[in-house]
Amino acid sequence: MEYFTTIINLSLLASMVRLSTPLILAALGGMYSERGGIINIALEGIMLAGAFTAAAVTVFTANPWIGLIAAVAAGVLVSLIHAVASIEFKADQVVVGMAINILFIGVPALVSGALFESTGSTPPLPREQTLPDWNIPLIGSIPVLREILSGHKPIVYMALAMVPLSYYILFRTRFGLRLRAVGENPEAADTAGVSVRGMRYAGVLLSGALAGLGGAYLSIGQNSLFTRNMTAGRGFIALAALIFGKWHPVGAFLACLLFGVADAISIRMQGVVPVPVQVIQIIPYVLTLVVLAGFIGRATPPRAIGTPYVKEK
Amino acid sequence: MKGLIQQLIFPLIAVVAAFLVGGLIVWMVGDSPLLVYELFFTSAFGSVDGIGYTLFYATPLIFTGLAVAVGFKCGLLNIGAEGQLVMAAFACAWVGLVLPEWPSLLVVLLAMIAAVAAGGIWAAVPGVLKARFGAHEVITTIMMNFIAFGIVSYLTQYHYRKQGDPILETRPIAEIKDGVLTGPHIPRMHDLLAPFGIDFPAGVPLNLAFLFAIAACAVVYVFLWKTKWGFELRAVGISPSAAEYGGASISRNIILAMAISGMLAGMVGVNEVLGYRYRYYDGFSALYGFTGIAVALLGRNHPAGVLLAAILFGALTRSGLFIDIFTDRVSKDWVVVLQAIIILFVACGGAFRVGARRLKLMKSET
Repeated sequence: MEYFTTIINLSLLASMVRLSTPLILAALGGMYSERGGIINIALEGIMLAGAFTAAAVTVFTANPWIGLIAAVAAGVLVSLIHAVASIEFKADQVVVGMAINILFIGVPALVSGALFESTGSTPPLPREQTLPDWNIPLIGSIPVLREILSGHKPIVYMALAMVPLSYYILFRTRFGLRLRAVGENPEAADTAGVSVRGMRYAGVLLSGALAGLGGAYLSIGQNSLFTRNMTAGRGFIALAALIFGKWHPVGAFLACLLFGVADAISIRMQGVVPVPVQVIQIIPYVLTLVVLAGFIGRATPPRAIGTPYVKEK
Repeated sequence: MKGLIQQLIFPLIAVVAAFLVGGLIVWMVGDSPLLVYELFFTSAFGSVDGIGYTLFYATPLIFTGLAVAVGFKCGLLNIGAEGQLVMAAFACAWVGLVLPEWPSLLVVLLAMIAAVAAGGIWAAVPGVLKARFGAHEVITTIMMNFIAFGIVSYLTQYHYRKQGDPILETRPIAEIKDGVLTGPHIPRMHDLLAPFGIDFPAGVPLNLAFLFAIAACAVVYVFLWKTKWGFELRAVGISPSAAEYGGASISRNIILAMAISGMLAGMVGVNEVLGYRYRYYDGFSALYGFTGIAVALLGRNHPAGVLLAAILFGALTRSGLFIDIFTDRVSKDWVVVLQAIIILFVACGGAFRVGARRLKLMKSET
């Protein structure tokens, strides 16, 4: 029982928020892409690109905000490869995603080796050159919420703000309606005068921007350098959260919190509780399989996902 | 013959184009592309040792390439070969660990069966999930990969590791005693060729599993193109509804294709455990499962193509170390980048559009 209070406490919730942040951004990103009909398993690679770019640019500019913007730009650029291959060349979206994941195992190491003479990591940044901790005025004065929600990196608040914003965009704007239409029934959307190509580009590039930002959080928020393969499967967990949350922004957000708290618990359990960390680590994946098998409701993907759109002549 | 040339010309263009882009990257990083090309050819093909290593690195890729190809032929994309081969390798070592007193030859046979069975079962689960619930195999195999990594790392760390070993690996199943490797293992090429008076370098870990890989190419070819089952499996891949109309069961063929795919991926465990390291070493797979997708794509899902593509990728792996050492600024990661570019080019080539032909998610009846 003495384990219990060392593990389950307010700071656990704070670390849940921190650990969920990159997942939330990547999962919401994946949502824009997949709602538009482009399957995006490249989230992992895009996050790696964002994480590396953020760290490398910050090393040269000594300004994490420029690093952050560069990471978003890198995410957009990488997702542009995905978009062009999937939309223009009608390549298999899963294969393209896989190629991008492999590409960004290699590229950061290659560039890092050339720039910093170390393929393993970028040079560590001094603390003042990473993103600052933000104390939120109003929440900072409420006892319990202060512990959980205040004093995080700016990207945490961006991620939290993106959840209602994404809900609004997806379900309350014309853009969202069109994006969903293109993902469900591109023929009908096309007939109604919606540009299938344009909407799909928008979806994929948005996913790149958000996943890139999620990557930046890892290298210049949570840490102060980029290390090889530092995403460690987070892009895939985000994908799992997206499915677990049934492609809905609030659902995906809750799934990310769930996976984030599982991660936080597994970190705290190390060396404290005699339950192997591996058991906790596989929980998100097992849960996703259970959902996919239809035991907890049914996860139905957007109908036209994965299919290139060929205009009828 | 004309068809064959057409089959070959496109992958060849993709590879040449990728090498050109790769050369451009080398130039941008600040080294000589020509030096890198030269290092690639001399280290991978310039000596018996080099060729031996190239084929050794090609061996797992032949198996994973075939695994992915069999899935593709049934309209499935098995990106879970990575998890399947990890389960298989562990099962293979596990048999050796729990049967220490049994005769080596018998243990080798049982370990091989265990590897193939573990890979097959690990792949059959996504097959069943797809056939029964319509769950997309791409997503389920990704999840199964991470579950496999977790389970195997747990078992290795808590149950089968030697006391105090800092490396995450199991106890060995075969060890060198008095200069002789004792315990269950399969022979290396050096020992296989010695009776024929051929002196193959003893240090090269190329082993019997390479010959199994060649045999697997032949078996997969015969199965897919010369048997009724293979015909049915391909028919489901080309047009599920037509195949069903013709009397083939879609569900059965999906599960069968996934199981065969996983069994082939499982053979990687045989090469790794019985032929190379004689233990389960956590994290041994250098993305073999994912590179298998590239190998299958480049090889046009044909066993002969898979063999050639695997050798190319094996050569890339072999040359990586030399490129790392003998250039100033290019690291061995260049090889990984090049592999990714090859996949992108082949995927964009349009000559191969699984996307359009891949099995659609089956809608639930209810």
